[in-house]
Amino acid sequence: MTTTNGSNEAIPTLQLLDPEGRRVTTRGTKGYRDRAADLTPENLRGMYRDMVLTRRFDEEATSLQRQGELALYAPSRGQEAAQVGSAYALRPQDFVFPSYREHGVLQVRGVDTVDRLRFFRGSDHGGWDPNEHNAHVYTVVIGAHALHATGYAMGVQRDGTPLDKHDGTAVITYFGDGATSQGDVNEAMVYATVNQAPVVFFLQNNQWAISEPTSRQTRTPLYRRGEAFGMPSLRVDGNDVLAVYAATQEALERARLGQGPSFIEAFTYRMGAHTTSDDPTRYRTTDQEEVWRRRDPIDRLAALLRAEGELDDEFVAQVQASADELGVGLRSGVRALDGGAPVSTFDDVYATPHGIVASERAWYEAYEAGDPPAEQYAIAETAQGGAR
Amino acid sequence: MTTMAERTQTTSGARAEGTKTLTLGKAVNEGLRAAMRRDDKVLLMGEDIGPLGGVFRVTDGLQAEFGEERVVDTPLAESGIVGTAIGLAMRGYRPVCEIQFDGFVFPAFNQITTQLAKIHNRTRGAIDMPVVIRIPYGGGIGAVEHHSESPEALFAHTAGLRVVSPSSPQDAYTMIQEAIASPDPVVFFEPKGRYWAKGEVDLDVPVGSATLNAAQVVRTGTDVTLVAYGPSVETALKTAAALAEEGRSAEVVDLRAISPLDTGAVVASVRKTGRCVVIHEAPVFFGAGAEIAARVTEECFYALESPVLRVGGFHTPYPVAKHEHEYLPSVDRVLDAVDRAFAH
Ligand SMILES: Cc1ncc(C[n+]2csc(CCOP(=O)(O)OP(=O)(O)O)c2C)c(N)n1
Ligand SMILES: [Mg+2]
Repeated sequence: MTTTNGSNEAIPTLQLLDPEGRRVTTRGTKGYRDRAADLTPENLRGMYRDMVLTRRFDEEATSLQRQGELALYAPSRGQEAAQVGSAYALRPQDFVFPSYREHGVLQVRGVDTVDRLRFFRGSDHGGWDPNEHNAHVYTVVIGAHALHATGYAMGVQRDGTPLDKHDGTAVITYFGDGATSQGDVNEAMVYATVNQAPVVFFLQNNQWAISEPTSRQTRTPLYRRGEAFGMPSLRVDGNDVLAVYAATQEALERARLGQGPSFIEAFTYRMGAHTTSDDPTRYRTTDQEEVWRRRDPIDRLAALLRAEGELDDEFVAQVQASADELGVGLRSGVRALDGGAPVSTFDDVYATPHGIVASERAWYEAYEAGDPPAEQYAIAETAQGGAR
Repeated sequence: MTTMAERTQTTSGARAEGTKTLTLGKAVNEGLRAAMRRDDKVLLMGEDIGPLGGVFRVTDGLQAEFGEERVVDTPLAESGIVGTAIGLAMRGYRPVCEIQFDGFVFPAFNQITTQLAKIHNRTRGAIDMPVVIRIPYGGGIGAVEHHSESPEALFAHTAGLRVVSPSSPQDAYTMIQEAIASPDPVVFFEPKGRYWAKGEVDLDVPVGSATLNAAQVVRTGTDVTLVAYGPSVETALKTAAALAEEGRSAEVVDLRAISPLDTGAVVASVRKTGRCVVIHEAPVFFGAGAEIAARVTEECFYALESPVLRVGGFHTPYPVAKHEHEYLPSVDRVLDAVDRAFAH
């Protein structure tokens, strides 16, 4: 498939499944087709399941927000193939640095569904232990985490981990078209290429940064940014789960083998609003939305599975039951999240005791107990060191 | 998670080095060397810190000893230095970042304040951020714009960071090692005007002797407390000597850290002397002195003979080199403040 960037310039884009879900055999894609061919029917059904569950997660979270149970939610609708396809190429030892919309990646990574909403509930700034799933928590400051991923990859290099297609360690970072304008993303690409760090820059070009179309971010197709920094770069049809999987697997293997960073632009579409606070009717047409509804990534994989006899009624019913179960668990789990006692605000500000935090905490606790000390921030007076 | 005390135990038993006379810059260098020898997870990152040894030569000889993987000449991008240091820390390293000059920390300000300071909290303590940001700061060296500033209050205002500044070679040597051992991020302000000042350094001083957070009374006195840190400690000591000639006895408290702030040490002194003058090169407006004045007023209200006074920079851009000595808190301006304190 080729698409245009608005200036009638055709942009080469890897596609292995057309919008009708038929495998395409364009010349020059054999290597990628071979990679996709490694996916067993069971794998494909697993991908389908995770995509459907991610879609359901989105719907449940959106309705929880509408009921006042979440402060905000950023839907991933339309980006399930980009997220699930790329995450399927990861191995357990790899490390993920998401931004804030990668619910499909975290689904595959096994992060608990309720934990994934702690941040949006306003009960946590993060929600899970990154080392448990080798997936960092969300980073909201656009692009900042691309540098963390690169630094982490520089650490991997220094650890002397094996350079092996399977047992090597790769790092992947997810960011958006808007983020490509950030200095941090560009600095990350400088650091990654100069150091040949094992990191994959995974751009989901969903064509919108809140209300700004990609034309407000760039004059060049974005995948060429990666090229310019000196790394292999590829544009894939982000609604084609096979192409995304194959391209990501290639890039991750390159990283695991010590062959440096790669850049992938997954060209997709944000089918929903930017967040539950957004109103897309102010900046885009329903015509455009309709065009992309017809390119729904889940429908595409479903069509493939159906054509290949892998989507029987029983399986569809199973997935549906899992989705219902996810919804039930999410609704009750989210409602139970309360953020803990207010005094927990003082927890984990520092890893070692800090006198100012300690004295403010002590004052607050006394105040809450109805017994505020005369001096607002009572100090500890010790001979050496005082209020640490 | 490792506590400072645990790390102290692991660092004991190094071979004895004795006592040497070192400049403050060389003391930082020796402290870095000791930390790197002790723990191979310690890395240095910065611009021109390799073969050149840094523009102030603070990392002189370290790349030759530890190699390019541990003393890293980074691309010229400060946000990148700190942002990649965060990732390295997540992978178990202890990066020490050099920012070439105070005025060039701002490209990294976002990474320091929204990420470095908060990741421990954001992950509810699951991840530590043992990262040190070394910043040569302060004026008095006749430099051009962006090379003489004191932005420490901007960092002290951010929860999650520790902000410290040594005033002597001994403290520089000890504190840099403690900063590296800290599981919390430390912004380490090096008084560049004092890089060449010499002092005795006991190289065997145990790391973890708590200099990082504890103020120190560096001169005892009875009539007025002079509170300072970093480059201003020398100014305070000179002022105290001048006051002694006038028959006034000044106590000098070297804060060493402004986050946390060792309020106890200051309060103990002011309760004794009844007067307090805070000195720093940073602008007094919303500066560390304002915080100290507020706390001293709260804690020592009945002991105070006069309002707490501040001597420091003005609310102007740092001046051109030709005028910087009018802007910096000089002995004369501190003496003037002490006179005003005694006028009450
Ligand atoms: C540094 C910064 N500036 C502004 C914002 C507010 N903001 C949140 S998301 C967003 C758009 C991001 O667009 P893109 O990178 O394309 O990611 P997408 O939301 O499409 O996934 C903006 C401007 C922010 N979070 N961080
Ligand atoms: Mg976008």
